[in-house]
Amino acid sequence: MKIKKSLAISETGFVFDPSTGDSYTLNPIGLEIIQLLREGKSREDITKAMTRTFDVDSLTFERYYFDFLGMLKQMQLVESDE
Amino acid sequence: MSKHKLTIAISGLNNVDSPGPGIPVIRGIRESVDIDPRIIGLAYENLEPGPYMREFVDKTYKVPYPSEGVDPLIERIRYIHEREQIDVLIPNFDSEIFVFIKLADKLGEMGIHTFLPTLSQFEERHKSNLPQYGEKHDITVPDSRPVTSFEDIEDLVRKGTFSWPLLVKGKFYDAYMARSADQARIYFNTVSAKWGLPVIVQEFIKGTEVNVVALGDGSGRTVGAVPMRKQYITDKGKAWGGITLDDPSMLDFTHHVMAATRWRGGMELELIRTPQNELYLIEINPRLPAWVYLAVAAGQNLPEALIKLAMGQKVPAWTRYDVGKIFIRYSFDMICDLDAFRKLSTTGEL
Repeated sequence: MKIKKSLAISETGFVFDPSTGDSYTLNPIGLEIIQLLREGKSREDITKAMTRTFDVDSLTFERYYFDFLGMLKQMQLVESDE
Repeated sequence: MSKHKLTIAISGLNNVDSPGPGIPVIRGIRESVDIDPRIIGLAYENLEPGPYMREFVDKTYKVPYPSEGVDPLIERIRYIHEREQIDVLIPNFDSEIFVFIKLADKLGEMGIHTFLPTLSQFEERHKSNLPQYGEKHDITVPDSRPVTSFEDIEDLVRKGTFSWPLLVKGKFYDAYMARSADQARIYFNTVSAKWGLPVIVQEFIKGTEVNVVALGDGSGRTVGAVPMRKQYITDKGKAWGGITLDDPSMLDFTHHVMAATRWRGGMELELIRTPQNELYLIEINPRLPAWVYLAVAAGQNLPEALIKLAMGQKVPAWTRYDVGKIFIRYSFDMICDLDAFRKLSTTGEL
């Protein structure tokens, strides 16, 4: 899944979509995931990175991860061909 | 380089919760690097805030409502012109644009410049003509019909032309979403009592309302255009906060409208963006909107450009503006002396 190129994402987790004018606030974990997605990391890479950093098993993480991706899609924050 | 001194008459000074564009237009002109303006306010009511905002308006004259006829209005303008030598006049209310288009030649003979759409440009974009307008200029519009009675609305629903919900709109202002015949009857009566007939019934397009403020030079060229989304809307449907967008499709849409219609003057496009990312034109307002100062702040001083076009100067087209620029409107209690109110009420001048 590719994050929209035009999104402005600040270090504090403030996300601005210049095409719609919508803005969002991410918590630090959401911010980290979005940054990894932006770097083009795969699901496996992101799961590995997150389970290494946080006290969470891969199954639990992926449940929340897919929820999060669904939310990004619903908010049209991913490239439209996704 | 010294600034060009110009006397500019401006209406729409009702800077209230549903504001006219006068004060934001003046604010843009006051920020011009080329124009040193003397601003003459044209007011309709004693309690319009503009006349008392002395940092914006140098002198105000009350003028008769356009509905009172063309002759009293032109006589009043002549009187003001004799005292002030007006260079440019910018009307800012939808309801007065028609009269000033009619008066443009007379004003020109007096030496007062305007920069307004032509009568046919103004007439063809009426809400009641929207379907024909869309077809003529290849612009996507929702279906809308002028009606003169509530029964006409019922007929349109019975025949399947429209289904609930639908929009009931006044010919100049106001729009209500009716979800049932009962609601449609109430809104038809409300709108027709306030704005007269016909009332416009419009197909409801689900999506997000987005707007563009733009200026056309009359040749089909877009001098400037800034897209915006309202972030905070009052109960009257007016923007109380908004943000500039980076949306090439809205700019393409605007350029197409300008090129197809060869629009002359300021305009506001009201658009709906559907979840499928289609844009529908729901209305063209034939003047700069009250949020025009957002465009100035984003880098396009459209009021200044409009004055230059009115004075016959060439104005290069803007190609950029700041994205993510926000405006937040606020209310403020201005304190005035009774004497100022007395003067405007009794002499019609301040």
